[in-house]
Amino acid sequence: MFDGPEPIYVQIASWIRAQVLSGELGEEEQVMSTTQFATTFRINPATAAKAFSGLVEEGILYKRRGLGMFVAPGARQKLLADHRKRYFEEVLDPALAQAEILDIPVGDIVDHVLGRAPRSGARTVKKEK
Amino acid sequence: MSHYPFGARLDDVAVRYRASWRMTQQGTVTRETGGIALEGATCVFPAGAITGLLGRNGAGKTSMLGLLAGFRRPTAGTVHVGPEGYEQDPWENPAIVSGVQLVRESGDVMNEEKVGATLKQYAAQRPEWDADYAARLLDLFEVDPRKSPAALSRGKRSALGATIGLASRAPLTIFDEVYLGMDAPTRYAFYDELLKDYAEHPRTIILSSHLVEESERLFEHVVVVDRGRVLLAEPADDMRARGTSLTGSAAAVDRLAAGHRVLHRQELGPTVMVTIEGSLTEREEAEAADSGVQAGAVPLQDLFVHLTRTTTQKETER
Repeated sequence: MFDGPEPIYVQIASWIRAQVLSGELGEEEQVMSTTQFATTFRINPATAAKAFSGLVEEGILYKRRGLGMFVAPGARQKLLADHRKRYFEEVLDPALAQAEILDIPVGDIVDHVLGRAPRSGARTVKKEK
Repeated sequence: MSHYPFGARLDDVAVRYRASWRMTQQGTVTRETGGIALEGATCVFPAGAITGLLGRNGAGKTSMLGLLAGFRRPTAGTVHVGPEGYEQDPWENPAIVSGVQLVRESGDVMNEEKVGATLKQYAAQRPEWDADYAARLLDLFEVDPRKSPAALSRGKRSALGATIGLASRAPLTIFDEVYLGMDAPTRYAFYDELLKDYAEHPRTIILSSHLVEESERLFEHVVVVDRGRVLLAEPADDMRARGTSLTGSAAAVDRLAAGHRVLHRQELGPTVMVTIEGSLTEREEAEAADSGVQAGAVPLQDLFVHLTRTTTQKETER
């Protein structure tokens, strides 16, 4: 856990953001304490605290005096808006650039996307054997 | 006063040993050559943080720790230890020294008496000593308190040292290569206990080590010594930012690395992995992304090896 190339506090922050995004951590729900982080992942408690203070600044977490860190109301919406904005630039664009290198026609990509039965309710293209 | 974490500071400290004559156990006389253990050492160990003191064998780590514990005086310069804002010279200063627990490899235990007797001795010296915690730790590390330290294996003697350091709850607790002889499960049990107890009883901890890889995540702060000098003393994250690894095609990587000092270069066929000093500028980062070069962090262990090796090379070049 947290073995990536980025600083550990950055990885902890992304991990918490991902949990809020996926709904694993609900709004007003308590986050693990710095002590729990430290002993669970064998890291310095100050490293976890650094991740928390960044998330507090972003408005994802807030501190309840004497109780600990909680997920802020509206945190998920905030993250959704932010990540949606970055999705096309950071996820889709590189994938399309790769497709171009591999000579994959745009039509194939569109077919694949439609075949995946989008959740937004668009018509599903079912492939028969 | 003693329950506030202690900070420590060295200012331009030198420790030099004079050449001297010494009587051996056989009654002959032998000349001990002098040497320089520390020279111009300036660094801070912040109060309330876990600091890693990193250095190769003979770099001056143990001499530095002896100064902090008031075991010796510097040949030149000043040493200050104590609660923030109230740091004093630890030499012959009971108010400070009673708050500093240095665990040395030699153990500082009564070798021929039962372990329990040593613990009683420490309980009398350390105002914050927690006897229940000491008993729990001995249990955890499977050290029999009815045995004498002389009858323990090296790993168990180290575990006894770890127990003394943790249970002392001293405002400044120093472990000088305490892991020596411990097997991996015991070392990890020690790291876990250290973090747990540090979180519950905040204090200043210094861990000297050259096993950087497995302990680097414990450190908030690092001090690196090499050949008696302080190479750096800064937050661990700053030290991590001192290097960047670049992996990709040789041409692209070398173009990016051109403006930087290269610490290490490794070729894996057409792929090259280079460790450069410092980090990439934003423009270089974009260039790296465009040319398929992966930029990543360098583990402290690697930086430590690079930093201490390059100084060694410089010395031999002279």
